[in-house]
Amino acid sequence: MHRFANPGQFMRVADKVLPWIVALCLPLIAAGLYFGLYASPPDFQQGETVRIMYIHVPTAFLAQGAYVVMALGSASFLIWKHPLGDLIARSAAPIGCVFCIICLVTGSLWGRPTWGTYWVWDARLTSMLILLFLYFGYLALANAFDDPARGDKPAAILALVGVVNIPLIKFSVYFFNTLHQKSTLAGDLFGAVFGEPEAAVQAENLPADLAAAAAQQGGDLPPEMLLPLMLMLAGFTLAFLALLILRLRGEFASVRLRSLRAGFRAEPRGA
Amino acid sequence: MFETLADFWHMGGNGVYVWGSYGLCAVLMLGLAAQTLRRIRTRQRDLDLLQGSRARRDGTEGA
Repeated sequence: MHRFANPGQFMRVADKVLPWIVALCLPLIAAGLYFGLYASPPDFQQGETVRIMYIHVPTAFLAQGAYVVMALGSASFLIWKHPLGDLIARSAAPIGCVFCIICLVTGSLWGRPTWGTYWVWDARLTSMLILLFLYFGYLALANAFDDPARGDKPAAILALVGVVNIPLIKFSVYFFNTLHQKSTLAGDLFGAVFGEPEAAVQAENLPADLAAAAAQQGGDLPPEMLLPLMLMLAGFTLAFLALLILRLRGEFASVRLRSLRAGFRAEPRGA
Repeated sequence: MFETLADFWHMGGNGVYVWGSYGLCAVLMLGLAAQTLRRIRTRQRDLDLLQGSRARRDGTEGA
């Protein structure tokens, strides 16, 4: 494991796996788009707008996943002073930020035809908006100084403090009254613990067709909808990894550039 | 499934929301990928320039 802690070694391994990641990612997303946009049925309640799910759910998952990567990188940087941790956090932040924007806007575009509104200030939507502001805050702090070594610690601390928001996003649909549906995927641990009793109560009081809809909301996606969702989830996760490796390459180049410039200035011309 | 191409664009009257979502997603993700690649290229170019001028300087020193 220690050889991955050496930035040079890490990058050599990352560069080797990058073409494989891209080669897997593109066909997965292409298949996901085909099944998601064309070869899957419309929802019997939502109609065609359900297709927004195939990008909304993967980007929501990755907006949070990227934040966890950013927080882990920041923690390793703060605890072990490992520069690779800071570079990983700096690389994950803009990707997570873009996923977070896509998740919020597609959610809003999905909410208008299904809920009748672009936005509600409920716990799930608000905690996701807070995640976006945490990304903005991190990026602003990490890039605020000409010498990045001055911004890295405050940014890492912000990333760590903000990680409390991640379980809040997860639990928000179970602990608060909300328009947002519960977990999309079945077999969800938190859904099993916190979601089922409520769903059961709902189902008891509803007519049969709505009870079926409630059950579907609880996480039992039909296989023809599960397929494009899984394809897009896998494809977007690989896209995140590919972008992470590429951004890391950029960060390494920046570090080399700065140290070279510092050395250049330190030795006066013609000395 | 859709009968015609027009149905496909129409998305049951929700074309704006569905295509708006997919369009925004494509623009932002491709934009991020392009910015990421451009960043690597400019950094690499600066590195080459700097290493080149350092080599020249060290070369004149040796002469």
